[in-house]
Amino acid sequence: MRNILLTPLLILGLTGAVWITGFAVADETKGLAIAQERKARDAGWGDSESRTTMVLRNAKGDESQREIRTAALEVQGDGDKGLTIFDEPRDVRGTAFLNHSHPTAEDDQWLYLPAVKRVKRIASRNKSGPFMGSEFAYEDLSSFEIEKYRFSYLRDESCNDQLCFVLEQVPADEFSGYSKTVVWVDQQHYRLHKAEYYDRKNTLLKTLTLHDYQLYLDKYWRPHKLSMVNHQTGKSTDLLIHQISFNTGRTTADFDTNALQRVR
Amino acid sequence: MRQLWLGWVLKHPWWVLLGTLVLVLLMSSGMGKLYFRGDFRVFFTADNPQLLMFEQMQDEFNKSDNILIGIAPADGQIFNTTNLTLVKQITDAAWQTPYSIRVDSISNFQHTQADADDLLVADLLLDPAQLDEAKIADIRRVALAEPTLVKRLVTADGAVTAINITVQLPELDKNKEVFDTFGFARQLTDEFSQRYPDVRFYLAGVIAMNHSFAYEAEHDARTLIPVMFVVIVLMLALLLRSVVVAMATVIIIVVTITSTLGLAGAAGIFLSTATVNVPTILMTLAVADCVHVIASVQFALSRGHDKQSAIEYSMQRNLMPIFITSATTAIGFLTLNFSEVPILADLGNMTAVGVMLACLLSVTTLPALLAVLPVKPGKVKPQHQQDTVMDKLASFVILRQRLLLPAMALLMIVFAGFISLNKVNDEAVKYFAPATDFRQAMDFLDQHLAASMSMDFVLHSGQSSGVNQPEFIAAVENFSQWLAEQPQVAHVNSISEVFKRLNKNMHADDPAFYRIPQTQDEAAQYLLMYEMSLPYGLDLNNQLNLDKSATRLTAALRNMGSKEITGFEQKALQYFAGQFPQYQASAASTALMFAHIGERNMASMLQTLPLALVLISLLLVFSLRSWRMGLISLLPNIAPAAIGFGIWGLYSGEINLGLSVVASISLGIIVDDTVHFLAKYQHARHEGRNAEAAVRYAFNSVGRALWITTAVLVIGFSVLMLSSFRLNSDMGLLTAIIIFTALVIDFLFLPAFLLKFDTKESQHHA
Repeated sequence: MRNILLTPLLILGLTGAVWITGFAVADETKGLAIAQERKARDAGWGDSESRTTMVLRNAKGDESQREIRTAALEVQGDGDKGLTIFDEPRDVRGTAFLNHSHPTAEDDQWLYLPAVKRVKRIASRNKSGPFMGSEFAYEDLSSFEIEKYRFSYLRDESCNDQLCFVLEQVPADEFSGYSKTVVWVDQQHYRLHKAEYYDRKNTLLKTLTLHDYQLYLDKYWRPHKLSMVNHQTGKSTDLLIHQISFNTGRTTADFDTNALQRVR
Repeated sequence: MRQLWLGWVLKHPWWVLLGTLVLVLLMSSGMGKLYFRGDFRVFFTADNPQLLMFEQMQDEFNKSDNILIGIAPADGQIFNTTNLTLVKQITDAAWQTPYSIRVDSISNFQHTQADADDLLVADLLLDPAQLDEAKIADIRRVALAEPTLVKRLVTADGAVTAINITVQLPELDKNKEVFDTFGFARQLTDEFSQRYPDVRFYLAGVIAMNHSFAYEAEHDARTLIPVMFVVIVLMLALLLRSVVVAMATVIIIVVTITSTLGLAGAAGIFLSTATVNVPTILMTLAVADCVHVIASVQFALSRGHDKQSAIEYSMQRNLMPIFITSATTAIGFLTLNFSEVPILADLGNMTAVGVMLACLLSVTTLPALLAVLPVKPGKVKPQHQQDTVMDKLASFVILRQRLLLPAMALLMIVFAGFISLNKVNDEAVKYFAPATDFRQAMDFLDQHLAASMSMDFVLHSGQSSGVNQPEFIAAVENFSQWLAEQPQVAHVNSISEVFKRLNKNMHADDPAFYRIPQTQDEAAQYLLMYEMSLPYGLDLNNQLNLDKSATRLTAALRNMGSKEITGFEQKALQYFAGQFPQYQASAASTALMFAHIGERNMASMLQTLPLALVLISLLLVFSLRSWRMGLISLLPNIAPAAIGFGIWGLYSGEINLGLSVVASISLGIIVDDTVHFLAKYQHARHEGRNAEAAVRYAFNSVGRALWITTAVLVIGFSVLMLSSFRLNSDMGLLTAIIIFTALVIDFLFLPAFLLKFDTKESQHHA
């Protein structure tokens, strides 16, 4: 009697368990596949340069601006390299930030300080602090690498009049400021439209939205406005990207520490 | 007119009761909208200048709402493997606190070091597994030499440490947010207490204070109201000796309270530490009305009246006195609207409305109830026995009038002289009784880390990136050093320390470079580099504003009174303005807000006191129909408060927000005694008796009633003394003292005064 009752329940339970784990595996597989496709679609851009204005706002609506120039170099088989030159505020003009990102190892970061004419390595595992006092952390701006996250596909959802994949990304780095990020990637071009950052207590911290995508070299989509809103403090930062140019002729030599001191 | 109305009430008691029920249900429906607010902001109006400054500072920099967890190991040494591991574990766990945006401790202090051309920025204690003697010694050396840590997060002897959790509440349901946040911290420390039984934990900070405000208010509601209820029932049983009429009184009280709370809810008033005691006060005041009505009914019944005429007799005797005494009480409470503190105004309005409702109910619903209930004469002791006590008192006063008058006058003058011993003092922490958890935590941390009071200064350079200018940093440094030299200051947290430390790090940790960078560019670039090395939540946004034109500097203060705080604020701002006229400075903090509100509130309450006095005296003139009697009443009306505050000067000497309103509210209550006494006295004089006979008549006819109502009121306000919230317990105690003093004056001084100065053989009708 007991068996007759229990067996169907057991079968039901087992099927359920298999179904749930199977589902989860499928989610992770699908998530990874989408992330890989996103990475693949953006491969081969080579190098680029751009000029950016950062607009910082506090909860009251006061604004403050920063001007930066950035150069980026795609590296096959490793993370990309980036160079950021600060133009405004004036007292940090000429300060240059060089980063070599790595998929699994810690990124290398240097700063050239013109006031003392020295290159200093930033020996910190912290990548989660505010970049120039903005709502962007270094880790929000560093290059997108598959190995930095564990992905899972959540659902399809429309975003900005198109259909998007919604993925969850859990950072591999224990020093990340986030417990997870939820991203919206459109299904046509695999462009990032929105990202929600959750802090370490798993509360929504910030939302990034990306606007004004334009096509370069007939293949690479780049946003021209990135808005980050901090839900906990009411502060926000806009990145306004004015110009992007590709094939600027920069090489690896332009992205090493010796080159840093020559940057203008 | 009065006859007509009373006749109707007695003829249709069920209609009156039904009408009451409908009205009460309507009024009480607002009770659902009542909610608790346990937040120190309830003490301030939205346009309070100190609150505005405080909020502006919070907007410009990150919020400074916090929970401070004090950690005191029994072995008195933080710097060993066990206790450092504990600090690290709690620090990590503290990041899970709801709404937390930042956690500061000695373990996650961002220690900067030069290593060749690297700038090494890392947690002072990253991995407890690596702790050995050398590492512990290293951590101890760094922590105890670090100006931003020592005396703020760790004591100089390393015996006590603290973890500061900064939270940013969304302020959608603030009370719940405070309870969630505090509840988490309490659970955290409870768990760690079990794992580390030799370590004591303390919870302090703004969130703990807000939690205590709410918790103590709810605690008052849960304990004081039931206690008061029991006291009322006991008193009724004692005074009326009839279950039925006691029930009727309880019904009137309950209906008064629910209606008042309902109206308050509908008006958008919330419950707070002040308004939560409105039910207790109302019970006290309403019971007096009912006792007067019922006692007269019982008296008439015992004289053989039938019930209907007994009620009529009672109404005729009590209608006017009940109205006048309720009106004076309401006026006293209504003057609280002139208070600078919104919740005190709420307390005043709610009580005033409640008192008038109680008045209305005791002359409509109460007679209707008595008409339908089986009321018996009551087992009141024979009247003459009571009268002999009062008669003896009257004889005593008449016999000893020559002695009583100067003796009482002297006593009044002497006690009133002690008023000068009082001084206004509002320290939010001291609002809580020493036995409360919050006060214990604050007192402990104050003793070791000066954690209970602080003052934030914002220094404006006047231009973007101005905080990087060496001249400005020098000014900040100068000011923070001046602050640190003041005896009131325990610790100063200043951005200038960061600049000096970075300058040293940038020069291979050479101690000679522990000074302000020489150029603005250097300072700005060091800061940029440092900021890029900091982890999430430990940035400089709490010290620097958006465009780096201003910096916030925090001075931890030793415990001091509110006068000293405002004095210190002025002195500090004057010093800065004198030294650096090119820059702007402003100050804000919760301690400062309470210090200012205490003084301003006292000033406004002192200004409204004459208004209350004039209004109430005019009402007396009207009810006694005599300017002369109105004038005479001034003395016994003013003297009790003067004596009460004199006694307070001897007993405590500290006047807080709760006490600043006592003079006004007690005035409204104590005039009742005077009115009753003078009315009877006047009545006898009009009948042609001399002063002596009139005094005797007054004693005999209202002496007992005055004695009883005073007892009820004194006991009722004494119940408030059980509150662990000093605003309430002090208010209850002093009000009880003043009410009792009023009776003594009305019995011993007023008659002697009348015997001496009201000597005309007979008076003409006014």
